[in-house]
Amino acid sequence: MGKKSGRFGTYGGQYIPETLMNAVQELEKQYLFYRDDAGFRKEFADLLKNYAGRPSLLYFAKKMTADLGGAKIYLKREDLNHTGSHKVNNVLGQTLLAKMMGKTRIIAETGAGQHGVATATAAALMDMECEIFMGKEDTERQALNVYRMELLGAKVNTVTSGTMTLKDAVNETMREWVSRIDDTHYVLGSAVGPHPFPMMVRDFQKIISEEIKQQIIAVEGRLPDAVIACVGGGSNAIGAFYDFIEDETVQLIGCEAAGLGVDNPKNAATITNGRVGIFHGMKTYFCQDNYGQIAPVHSISAGLDYPGIGPEHAYLSDIKRAVYAPVTDAEAVMGFEYLSRMEGIIPAIESAHAVAYAKKLAPTMTKDQIIVVNLSGRGDKDVASIARFKGVSIHEQ
Amino acid sequence: MNNRISDTFAALKNNGKKALIAFITGGDPDIEVTEKLILAMGEAGVDIIEIGIPFSDPIAEGPVIEAAAARALGGGCTIDKLFDMVENVRNKTNIPLLFMTYANPIYAYGKERFMAKCRAVGIDGIIVPDVPYEEKSEFEDECNRHNIYQIPLIAPTSGARAEKIAREAKGFIYCVSSLGVTGIRNDINTDIAELIKRVNSISSVPCAVGFGISTPEQARDMAKISDGVIIGSAIVDLVARHGEGSIESVRKFVSEIKSSI
Repeated sequence: MGKKSGRFGTYGGQYIPETLMNAVQELEKQYLFYRDDAGFRKEFADLLKNYAGRPSLLYFAKKMTADLGGAKIYLKREDLNHTGSHKVNNVLGQTLLAKMMGKTRIIAETGAGQHGVATATAAALMDMECEIFMGKEDTERQALNVYRMELLGAKVNTVTSGTMTLKDAVNETMREWVSRIDDTHYVLGSAVGPHPFPMMVRDFQKIISEEIKQQIIAVEGRLPDAVIACVGGGSNAIGAFYDFIEDETVQLIGCEAAGLGVDNPKNAATITNGRVGIFHGMKTYFCQDNYGQIAPVHSISAGLDYPGIGPEHAYLSDIKRAVYAPVTDAEAVMGFEYLSRMEGIIPAIESAHAVAYAKKLAPTMTKDQIIVVNLSGRGDKDVASIARFKGVSIHEQ
Repeated sequence: MNNRISDTFAALKNNGKKALIAFITGGDPDIEVTEKLILAMGEAGVDIIEIGIPFSDPIAEGPVIEAAAARALGGGCTIDKLFDMVENVRNKTNIPLLFMTYANPIYAYGKERFMAKCRAVGIDGIIVPDVPYEEKSEFEDECNRHNIYQIPLIAPTSGARAEKIAREAKGFIYCVSSLGVTGIRNDINTDIAELIKRVNSISSVPCAVGFGISTPEQARDMAKISDGVIIGSAIVDLVARHGEGSIESVRKFVSEIKSSI
């Protein structure tokens, strides 16, 4: 599906400035080589096991299941990976690839800071110079992650253009890459951007669904009925979905950030509200106005605060293999608090969108059915912003 | 089919002259000033004008043009208003006019509707920096149908792709002088002469050099090795500083550049 042409149906492509074309084509060539190279595979597998801590657990949420009184709920614990989210899977893959390609410097955008922290971590581990681009609004709502990245030796650049969030961080990282491609690799953090990024990021993340499949068969002897994941650009979701795409009995559900509601302009629900367009190197759905200006989207979650969606998701939505459901800020905060109290697990506010949807879905299903929720990250980073949302002051001064 | 762009380059060549191509952001600070700037630059010796259709996220632009796009959008500039302005200005000048914008505004407007409208109002070409050679089929049929040239870019990093791009080029080839985004630069270090030589050996389409040119000296050096120079950020910077009063300073600046090449 789109592996040769860089397309998923009509989505994807390489809509980028000429200056980057050679670098992107070279990246594709090198990736396709190393993907099948025994040395690369061995080293990547070793990093995932011994550094990231894979496989991540598939945890049966017994109390949540009993409380909701419907389908059995399992949580895929990507939050337990080193650096606290699924982002590390892709970052280790890309940084290792960059190293093998002879690059000495990596750059990355970040929204919530999870991808930035993971990239700074991999850079420290593999001795690469590292610069992270982060929107000013996000550096404020995720101040702790800024310090964390600096602690790991990365330089954090505050982006003050546009809406000063994830989209603008991507713009700025692309601009930086255009000006310095000789020694620099752009570790794009989601399954977005020009080919080969959506394919490559998905390949590095598909281990999530491969593990879920093995683990669920080991404990339940069968496949789940639904897999639920949050979707911004969609890297954790495509990772959680990919190995189930051919298994048509498994419902695949992506949860989009609906912000203040899908009828309110302050949302980031791309499939629900967007139209097909061309931006950030790809053809896919984007939140935009009638003149094609990219919308200033909103989500309480910096990681889902993005106006587009990965091209493979656009395709899965069109062919009706996956559905994409909007989840509001308020619902996500409720999911955040619910899982914290019910299971003693504080989810990332991104992942809390998937928890909130599971909470609605489970009671409509029977007790012998199974839901897997991809818990893409841990919520420590969000504690301060949730407190703000609730109007609670937690300053220590 | 005739196109004002190729006619202009042919006339310049016959007279042994080089082209001065000027960029301004449409609607910065407002549509009326854009129209006046087009006419003033034409009178001052500019040969071809690129009008930027402002886009919310101009990833190939540096801070100067990015800020201009934000001002224009903030002032309510839209594609439709620019079409109206071009239709009006076309009654007053025959200078070749191009739109420079990103893929999404064209796609959202409707490719066929956009190119048909371009032709109707008298636009001669488009430059879309996020549509490289590999994706040019996105707008190709519509461009061909309405005789709108899709101007390709060639960069110092194009490598072997430069030949492919040059072979299919129409109008002129936009040679990117340096890596990075648009903007004013003190030095242009890349071996642009070598790149142009390579392009000239396989294509008779003129080459114009852009990105980073802001002084008469830089323009003279670049014009020596090419068929023309493109100046953007330096003009947009004047507009940013002088706003509605920028007409005379832009007129003076472009005539200095023109006399240097």
